[in-house]
Amino acid sequence: MELVCPAGSPSMLHAAIEAGADSVYCGLRDETNARNFPGLNFSPAELKAAVVWAHDRGAKVLVAINTFARAGEIDTWRASVDSAAAAGADAVIVADLGVLAYAHAEHPDLRLHLSVQAAAGAPEAIGFYAQAYGVKRVVLPRVLSAPEIAALVRETDVEVEAFVYGGLCVMAEGRCALSSYATGRSPNLSGVCSPPEAVSLEETNGLLTPRLGGFMIDQVAPGAAAGYPTLCKGRFEAEGTASHLFEDPTSLNAMTLLAELRTAGVRAVKIEGRQRGKAYVARVAAAFRAALDALDRGETTAPYEARLTGLAEGGRETAGAYRKTWR
Amino acid sequence: MTGAPIEIALGPLLFNWSAERIADFYAAIADETEVERVYLGEVVCGKREPFISGPLAEAAERLTRAGKTVVWSTLALPATPRDRRGIAQMAAGETLVEINDVSALAHRSVGAPFVAGPLLNIYNEAAARELIGRGCVRLCPNVELSLPTIGRLAQACPGLEIELFAYGRLPLALSGRCYHARVRGLHKDSCQLVCDRDPDGLTVRTLEGQDFLAVNGVQTLSHGVQVADLPIAQLRTAGIGALRLSPHTGDMRKVITAFRDFSQERLSPQDLAAKVREAGPPGPLVNGYLHGRAGVDWAPAA
Repeated sequence: MELVCPAGSPSMLHAAIEAGADSVYCGLRDETNARNFPGLNFSPAELKAAVVWAHDRGAKVLVAINTFARAGEIDTWRASVDSAAAAGADAVIVADLGVLAYAHAEHPDLRLHLSVQAAAGAPEAIGFYAQAYGVKRVVLPRVLSAPEIAALVRETDVEVEAFVYGGLCVMAEGRCALSSYATGRSPNLSGVCSPPEAVSLEETNGLLTPRLGGFMIDQVAPGAAAGYPTLCKGRFEAEGTASHLFEDPTSLNAMTLLAELRTAGVRAVKIEGRQRGKAYVARVAAAFRAALDALDRGETTAPYEARLTGLAEGGRETAGAYRKTWR
Repeated sequence: MTGAPIEIALGPLLFNWSAERIADFYAAIADETEVERVYLGEVVCGKREPFISGPLAEAAERLTRAGKTVVWSTLALPATPRDRRGIAQMAAGETLVEINDVSALAHRSVGAPFVAGPLLNIYNEAAARELIGRGCVRLCPNVELSLPTIGRLAQACPGLEIELFAYGRLPLALSGRCYHARVRGLHKDSCQLVCDRDPDGLTVRTLEGQDFLAVNGVQTLSHGVQVADLPIAQLRTAGIGALRLSPHTGDMRKVITAFRDFSQERLSPQDLAAKVREAGPPGPLVNGYLHGRAGVDWAPAA
């Protein structure tokens, strides 16, 4: 299985590949990618240099152009596709039908991967993208269990890539507007979720209160772990009970399921976190490299499963939707 | 009044209502309202489908007899082989359907007409043209889009009918997880269809008691209720040809009458909001998305 790691910057790209990534994914420094944060991402020239550097080491570079183009401004997204092709990228990762159509028509030799933001979890949807636009690989939305992924792989000719580590969307990716309802900005509209400028933190009566767009997302005692107030990870009240209604503040770690995913025929496994820096990616890539190599030797991943403890956002880990009981 | 009349359409029922409530609701829609088009079909959760297919088929017959156009809507997030078969069956015909998941396109002959529903991710004219080339005749844009954005998209796609999500709790998110089940300590696979207790969704509040969202099985909606109370001239300029009203409890006939009068400029935007409030919507009125702001915002008509 191919190990696909995040690269939010050229130095993070180097770190990921040196730690054992087979491929890295990155974005151009604009709104065409879903991690449009200040200080992150690549200029077209940096991308070109990164592709040369990666290819020299036998690694691939996948360029995420995975936001939905704004009406009247599709040329920005087309320019990103052109830049990726000019840089010699091994594939572009796309969600928008209009961007897919452009890449397919104008760059027929450029490999197309369907972004998780397209939320294509059914074989029919994947088949449509393959037939209409020549998509070669689909990044699965995180709503399927491991046995369902196995069934899906049997039903499609398209390569399957699955997230195995990092931040976890609880909603079907690309089909969530909670963030824009509270703040005006969302992944699909702006390439960001729960944007920092909408976050505030106040202390009242000895309690810390993170807010998003003015809405209380949680309330914790000082010193308690208060993660970033991502809307769906907050505590809310329903039926008189306060709880992490949508999702506990956990992040995904499916290392224990690597063997199952491999048997299922999953072609590539993906690490989330372009915003998390080179120390993070070096550590996660090395752990997953070791685990995948162990599987190749016919050994178990058990010795590597505790390697990433403490690295998860919020400190806790879950296998998420891969276990059916998550639903 | 200038230009063609703006059509009033009733969106698909998003909630798990009893067979009796469904029958009564659509009987009243058929006999007592001036709605021109009614979307029917389970969009949110395939587990509800066996319980509502009978009542919806009867509703379709009654609505058709009353002269309404009935359009069937597909499920938005197929989760099981049965869900997929349901979408395939609906998409395989040639009659007009509303598509809410790309998987339906795999079964649709190119050129067979369809409506692109608000749960598809069509954010720009290039994406819309991809669907138009396959038979899309009408788009109900994703609720996140502002009216000026919809206008730019419409202008670049002449001939495409635009139906605006004009009334109801905003469909914000879909998940593999059922929140109704989770609230009650159940899993989706053994959910006992507990979503049937909340005919407008289950209100989600912040820890300080502020109403915020509403869960409806695997779907999350806004607590606030969208009302597209923008001047008719602005709606026309943006290419809006139809207003979609999403079914809720409360006096839906009153909501429909208010939007009908509003669309014919017999009711001002201010009076539209007042009439809708009298009909008992399940939350406060919102319209922020249409103004390019947070969806929860309310900018009263000037």
